[in-house]
Amino acid sequence: MATTTAAASTASEDRCPDDLPVVPVRHYGRWVAAVAAITALAGIAGSLAKNANLHWDVVGHYLFADLIFDGLVTTLWLTAAAMALGLGLGTLIAVMRLSASPVLHGMATLFVWVFRGTPLLVQIIFWGYAGALYKYVMIGIPFTDITFLRVETNSLLTPAIAALLALGLNEAAYASEIVRAGIQSVDPGQAEAAHSLGMRPALTMRRIVLPQAMRVIIPPMGNETINMLKMTALVSVISAHDLMSNIQDVYAQNYQVIPMLVVASLWYLALVTLLGVPQAWLERRYGRGTARSGHVSPLRRMLGVAGRLPTKRQEGNR
Amino acid sequence: MTTPMLHARNVRKHFGKVEVLKGIDLTVERGQVCCLLGPSGSGKSTFLRCINHLEKIDAGSLAVEGDLVGYRRHGQRLHELREREVAAHRRDIGMVFQRFNLFPHMTALDNVMEAPLNVSKVSRAQARQDAERLLEQVGLADRAGHYPAQLSGGQQQRVAIARALAMKPKLMLFDEPTSALDPELVGDVLDVMRQLAADGMTMIVVTHEIGFAREVADTAVFMDEGVVVEAGDPRQVLLHPEQERTRAFLSKVL
Repeated sequence: MATTTAAASTASEDRCPDDLPVVPVRHYGRWVAAVAAITALAGIAGSLAKNANLHWDVVGHYLFADLIFDGLVTTLWLTAAAMALGLGLGTLIAVMRLSASPVLHGMATLFVWVFRGTPLLVQIIFWGYAGALYKYVMIGIPFTDITFLRVETNSLLTPAIAALLALGLNEAAYASEIVRAGIQSVDPGQAEAAHSLGMRPALTMRRIVLPQAMRVIIPPMGNETINMLKMTALVSVISAHDLMSNIQDVYAQNYQVIPMLVVASLWYLALVTLLGVPQAWLERRYGRGTARSGHVSPLRRMLGVAGRLPTKRQEGNR
Repeated sequence: MTTPMLHARNVRKHFGKVEVLKGIDLTVERGQVCCLLGPSGSGKSTFLRCINHLEKIDAGSLAVEGDLVGYRRHGQRLHELREREVAAHRRDIGMVFQRFNLFPHMTALDNVMEAPLNVSKVSRAQARQDAERLLEQVGLADRAGHYPAQLSGGQQQRVAIARALAMKPKLMLFDEPTSALDPELVGDVLDVMRQLAADGMTMIVVTHEIGFAREVADTAVFMDEGVVVEAGDPRQVLLHPEQERTRAFLSKVL
């Protein structure tokens, strides 16, 4: 008995362990779960495809209709303009919040408190009906009769302008917090180094602090942009003729609510997908000099042709 | 008599209730190297940061080449300077930090070119030529295109020295320039500083490198708890200190 064991072990030791074939672990549980998930998805897709109430012919008819395209254009410029207003004003408010002046700090805090603390829907309706609060918009010196400009509110605040103001001011409140977090994430030693070179505060902010803050700011701002694109649908309540407003106009007439919502969803999904491209580009642009960035475009990384990144550290070379 | 490069009289500074500088007197002549030594928390780094107004002093006076740092005298009053004026003063004072503080989003060359381009408004070609020469001077001509994260600590600190020199300062401040470095990388940085001293640069160096202080410094200053305990010829202060406190400190670091 003892001799056979010894003989068997010598036989297996003939081959070195690194020559032996490897049998990977089999994850049977994963296979079962994958099959179940695919079956469920196929079931849902199949039932949707066969459901006559979806009226795919209606979806196809309206997907590229002129009215829908008009709405898309409005949705796109509204998103872009509201984000620009939000980011510009938000940066200003972030700098005010970090200011040493208690008045500026207090006013910025008040702004964020009001515009972040009330529902966006309320703000949109408020701007849409601002004419009921002030019949005229006047610009002059407060507490005197001197007036430079006097316009009827309803002619100034068209639904599109009201929508832009509501979305932009609301976004500014959120953006200011993102920008503030970005600025505060930059090591104070960076500003000190810039100051020690004779750079003034504004130049230091523009050349040294903000470019580094961008790395922290871009991912959440990408989120905000995607959110904004979808939130423009809310301005349909003041009929600003965005994508959702026009969809509602159509189904108010033909009662094809579900197919029209499918049209809207397909377009929102397509636009959100496209937004990922500039975000990836921006992240790469502002990620320069950080360890993980490398010089590989997102597309190449996706296709897996990046190869190995060059060695990052060259120690002690003279 | 020429005005000294640095003239400090009774400089005081406190953070909240803690008084970190309790009346510092120090004079550094042009072309001299002054090493500030002392235990952590002795106030030597704070004093250095007061010289280019990264910290405000609470009392006393601090003048670089006869100009008060951060203030202008008008009769019997001191007027605080505007940011623009403070920035103009700082151009002439280079500073090197313990943790390098290179701008991570720029290459080594861009780090060195940044201030000449945007502060001195030098032409791009000129800034580039100067920056390449400075990187060569610190032995890093072949690292110009590297980002700070791709450089070792010693290399980063030498780029930081080149960056400070790019503004052609008349005074260089070093805040523990080798304290964050691996021991074997310290030598390269000290070599660059030694060469700078030999070229006649006025330097104030906060350091724990006793050997460097003994060899290069014209004056060694030992500080403890916000006061200057002992100052003078480095051979005297570092080899035959008069004060018991200095002896106790040196016996620990040597």
